[in-house]
Amino acid sequence: MNSILMAVIALGVIGLLAALLLYFASRKFAVHEDERIGQVSAVLPQANCGGCGFPGCAGFAGACVKATDEKGSLEGLLCPVGGQPVMEQVAGILGMTVEATAPKVAVVRCNGSCENRPRLVEYDGATSCKVQAMVGMGETGCSYGCFGCGDCVRQCQFGAIRINPETKLAEVDEEKCTACGACAKACPRGIIEIRLKGPKNRRMVVLCNNKDKGAIANKWCKASCIGCGKCVKACEKFEAITVTKNLAYIDAEKCKLCRKCEEACPKGAIHAINMPPRKPKADAPAAPKAENTPTTPNTQSSPITPKEQQ
Amino acid sequence: MENKLIVSLSPHVHGSDSVEKNMYGVCIALLPALIASFCFFGLGAVTVMLTSVLACVFFEWAITKFILKRDKLTILDGSAILTGLLLGFNLPSNLPIWIIILGALFAIGVGKMTFGGLGQNIFNPALAGRVFLLISFPVQMTSWTDNVLDHVDGYSGATPLALMQKAILEKDPSVLNNLPSSLDMFLGQTEGSMGEVSALLLLLGCAFMLWKKIITWHIPVSIILTVFVFAGLLHLLDPVYAAPLQVIFSGGLILGACYMATDYVTSPMSHKGQLIYGVAIGLLTVVIRNWGAYPEGMSFAIIIMNAFTPLINTYCKPKRFGEVVRKEAAK
Amino acid sequence: MKTFHIGGVHPEENKLSAGSPIREAKLPRQAVFSMFQHIGAPANPVVKRGDQVKVGTLLGEAGGFVSAPIYSSVSGKVSKVDVALDASGLRRMAVTVDVEGDEWEEGIDRTDTLVRLADRPELDGKTIVEKIKQAGIVGMGGATFPTHVKLCPPPGKKAECVIVNAVECEPYLTADHRLMLEKPEEILVGLQLVMKAVGVEKGYIGIENNKPDAIALMAEKANQYPGIEVVPLKVKYPQGGEKQLIDAVIGRQVPAPPALPIDTGAIVQNVGTCFAIYEAVMKNKPLIERIITVTGKSLSLPSNLKARLGTPFQQLIDECGGLPEDTGKVIGGGPMMGKALMSLDVPMTKGSSGLLVMKKDEARRSEPQPCIRCAKCVGACPMGLEPYLLAKVSEQFDWDAAEQNDITSCIECGSCQFTCPSHRTLLDHIRLGKSTVMGIIRSRSAK
Repeated sequence: MNSILMAVIALGVIGLLAALLLYFASRKFAVHEDERIGQVSAVLPQANCGGCGFPGCAGFAGACVKATDEKGSLEGLLCPVGGQPVMEQVAGILGMTVEATAPKVAVVRCNGSCENRPRLVEYDGATSCKVQAMVGMGETGCSYGCFGCGDCVRQCQFGAIRINPETKLAEVDEEKCTACGACAKACPRGIIEIRLKGPKNRRMVVLCNNKDKGAIANKWCKASCIGCGKCVKACEKFEAITVTKNLAYIDAEKCKLCRKCEEACPKGAIHAINMPPRKPKADAPAAPKAENTPTTPNTQSSPITPKEQQ
Repeated sequence: MENKLIVSLSPHVHGSDSVEKNMYGVCIALLPALIASFCFFGLGAVTVMLTSVLACVFFEWAITKFILKRDKLTILDGSAILTGLLLGFNLPSNLPIWIIILGALFAIGVGKMTFGGLGQNIFNPALAGRVFLLISFPVQMTSWTDNVLDHVDGYSGATPLALMQKAILEKDPSVLNNLPSSLDMFLGQTEGSMGEVSALLLLLGCAFMLWKKIITWHIPVSIILTVFVFAGLLHLLDPVYAAPLQVIFSGGLILGACYMATDYVTSPMSHKGQLIYGVAIGLLTVVIRNWGAYPEGMSFAIIIMNAFTPLINTYCKPKRFGEVVRKEAAK
Repeated sequence: MKTFHIGGVHPEENKLSAGSPIREAKLPRQAVFSMFQHIGAPANPVVKRGDQVKVGTLLGEAGGFVSAPIYSSVSGKVSKVDVALDASGLRRMAVTVDVEGDEWEEGIDRTDTLVRLADRPELDGKTIVEKIKQAGIVGMGGATFPTHVKLCPPPGKKAECVIVNAVECEPYLTADHRLMLEKPEEILVGLQLVMKAVGVEKGYIGIENNKPDAIALMAEKANQYPGIEVVPLKVKYPQGGEKQLIDAVIGRQVPAPPALPIDTGAIVQNVGTCFAIYEAVMKNKPLIERIITVTGKSLSLPSNLKARLGTPFQQLIDECGGLPEDTGKVIGGGPMMGKALMSLDVPMTKGSSGLLVMKKDEARRSEPQPCIRCAKCVGACPMGLEPYLLAKVSEQFDWDAAEQNDITSCIECGSCQFTCPSHRTLLDHIRLGKSTVMGIIRSRSAK
C-alpha cells in the first residue's frame, strides 16, 4: 500500500512540475501573431503551392496583412489558385478592395507529338526533363520542344497537368489548372506559359517554342513555327502578333480571336482553343487548306511545305 | 522501324553489381551455419526455417500486390528470403508454427513494408520480428530443445547466457564453471537459437561476405572488439562476469555482429559512422546482457542503434578529399 | 605502388586497340569546325562563306583569355558559317569547309625529325606560352581547358612540378598509350617545354601499370632528360582525374573548391597535350589533328587513328570496319565520362579522345531499383562525398542541402553510378544538382 502511495505521489509531483514548466515555457516563448494573418490564412486554399510568390499560404497571408498596413492596398498580391473570389474574401477581412483580374491558365506551347516530331534517338536515363536537357537536344531534332519527362507534372499540386502517353507531350487540364505557375518554373525549356484564359476560355495560341531558323525548325517538326511572318501580315489590323527570334507570339491582350492567323499559318502552328468548329463552307477567301484546320491542339493538319522567308 | 541510338549521360558502363547479388550473397554466406543448425537441431530446425522463409516471402508478395498495389513484385530480389532466414536463425527450433508466421508477418508487414519496402525501413525487419516475438512470447522463445550433439550433461536447457546472468545475480563465480569451454562454444556445441550455435561457421560466412565485398569490416570488427575489451575489463575487475571469449562466442553475438548489424538499410553510411555504430552496439550488448532483464542483449542493442542511424548519418560525413592535406609523400 | 587515397573503382579495362599502331585517317570530304571546342568563351569565326583556306589557316579567333583559336585542318573552300550539330548534342556555331586537295600554310614543319630543347636555346618561357596560346592547344584528355591559362598561374601561386597525365584510366581508350609507344621523345621534349614555360625543374609522368611497355619505354628514354621521372601507378579509376593524379603522384590533395590544383604546386598536362605542345613550339604546327581511339567490342577493326579535327565520326567508324548492325550507343570519349552521340554526322573536336561503339545489350541501362543504402557509392566516391544523399536532395530540388554536402566538389567521374547495385541514376541527378548549385553560387557572388 505504502509503495503505491509513494508512486502516486511521486508521479503526481512530477506531473505537476512538468505542467508548471510547460505553462511558463508557453508564456515565455509565446509568439504574438497578428490575428488577421490567421483569419486570412483560413480563407486561402492551403495548397502551399507558392504560385503567389510567397513561401506557402501563411507567407502570403502575412504579406497581405503587411501590404495593408504599409501600403494601404493589396495591389500586386494575388492568390492564383483561389483567384478573384478568394481575393475578395481576403480584402473583406482586411477592409480593402481588390480590382478584378482576368483568369489565367497554363499553356504548353509545343505540339511536337511523336507523329509531328519523330524521335531520332532514345533517351535512357533519369526521368527528368532537367536531366535530359543536359544530354543535348533530347530525343528529337528540336532544341526547344517538350521532353515529355514530366518535371511539370511532379511540380503541379493540383493534378492539372499530365503527360499524354500517345503524344508524349504535357497536357493541361483547364478545369483543374489554377495558373499558379509551378509548371512554368519547372520546365527547363520555358515551354509553358501562364496565359490569359480569354473570353469564354477561347484563345489563340502559337503552339511552338522553336527559336531556330525556319529551315531547321521545319526539318525536324511538322508542327513547328518557322517564323515566316504570314500571321503577322494576317494580323495587321490588330497588331497582336510579333515574330522574335523566328518565333511568332500572339499578344492575348490585343488578340480579337478573328482566327485569320490560324488560316494564314502554313504549318498549322497557330491553334484556336475552345472555339466552335468552323462551318464546312468556311468563306475565308485566303485559306485554300482551311478544310482540315485544327480546332484542338491534338488534331493535326496535313503538313505543308513552307517557303522559307528568312 | 530504324535502329535508334540510345543517349544518356555518363557513365555508360556498370559494374554489374546488383541488389540480388548482394542479398543472395548473404544467403550463401549463411548456408554453412544453416546446414549445421539442421544437423544440431534436426527436423525441428528445418520446419522453423522453411516456415519462416516461406511466410516472409508470402507476406512480401501479398502486401506488395494487394495492399500497396504495385505492379512490380519484389519477392525475387532476395531481401524477403534473407529476412526469413535471419528471422529463422533467431528462433528456437521447437517454436510453434503459428508463432513463426506471426513473427514473419510483423517482420515484413510492420518492420519493412509500412515504411515503404526495401531500403526505407528504419529497423532491421528480422530483428523487429524477433524482438516482437521475444516480448510477446517470452516462454516459448526461450525454451530450447537439446542440442543433439550436446556434450554438457546436467545443464541441458540452460543456455550459456542464462548461466552468465545467473552468476551475476547470485554473485557466485562458480556457476560459470558449468559453462562449456570457449572452444566448444566456438565450434557450436551449446544451447540456443538456431543461429547462435556455431560461431565458427558464421565467421566463415562473414569471411565470404568480406571477400565478395558485400560488407566492409568496420561493423563486425568494431562490435566484436568492443565486446571483447568491455567484457574483458569486467572479467578482470570481478570474476562473476564471464571471460571475454565466452561472451563473444555465446548467444547471437556473432550472428548479430556479422549479419544483422551489417544490414545495409539500417546501418550508417560512412566508415566513421559505422565504427561509432559498432562500438555502441558492443557496449549496449554487454550492458543489457549483464544488467538487463533479458539474458540476450544483441537484438535490443542493434534495434536501439538502428534508431540512431539517421542521426549518425547526419553527423558523420566521410572524410572529404583535400580535407586533410597530407604530408608530402614525394620529396 | 602509388595510387590516390580515397575511393575509386575498377571497371573492366577492355583495351582492345592497345596493340594496333596509329594509322593516319583519310582526309574528309567536308570538315566541320565547331567554335565550341574548349571550355570558356567560344571562338569567333573570322572567315566567311566562299573563302579559300589552307591547312593551318585561322578559322576562329579566341573569344577571350579563357578561350582558344581554331585552325583549319584541311584545305578548301568555306561553304558555311552557321550553326551545326556538334558532339555535345547541341546546335552551335561552326565553320564548314569543303575539302579540295591538301595544301598547307607555309612555315609548318611536316617532317618527323626530332627537335630537342637544346637545338632551340633561344626559347624562353614567355615565348613558349605565347606559342601554345597561338596554336590553340587545349587539354586533350577530354576536359579541353585552354592550356595557356593553366600555364599562367594566378599571382601568388607558384608551380613546383609538372605532372604528365599518362594514366588513361578510361576503359577502352588507348590513344595515349600508343602515342607514348610511338612518340616517346617528342612527349618528353613537350614536357621539358612545359617545365621551362612555368619555370620548374621537376617533371613526373604518371602511368598506370596496365601499360608496362609504355612504362619501360618512357623510363628508358627519360634517363636522358634530367628532372623527369616516370611514376608507375596502381590501376584504379578515376586516376586520370587531375586531383586524383596529383594525390597519387606527389601525395598532396587539392583542397575543396574554390581552391585550384595549382595550390598544391602541381601543373597537370595530358600526354596528348604534351605532344601537341611539342609540335606547336618546335614544328610551328597549330592543333589541327589528334590521336583518337575508335573501338568497341562489336567493331571489326578497333584502331588508333591520327585524324584531322573536323572529320565526321561516321567516316572514322567506316575506316574501322563500319558501324555494326546491333549498335545501341555511340560514345564520344570513354565509357565512364564520355558523351553519347545523337548522330554520327558530328565532327571530332580537340577533346575527342575516343569513339566507342556499344552493342544494344551493353548500351541499355538496367532499371533502377530502390536505394538499399549499402553505402557502396560512398566507398567508391574518390572525392569522399555521399552520392546517395546528393542524388536524393537533387531529385527533391533541395539545393541548400546539396550545397552543404559539398556537391560542387563532385568531379562527375561516375564511380558511384558504376558501383550502385540498385542501378540508380545517381550521377544524372548529381550533375543536375551540381550545375544548379554552381549557378546559385555564381549569381550570389555576382551580387
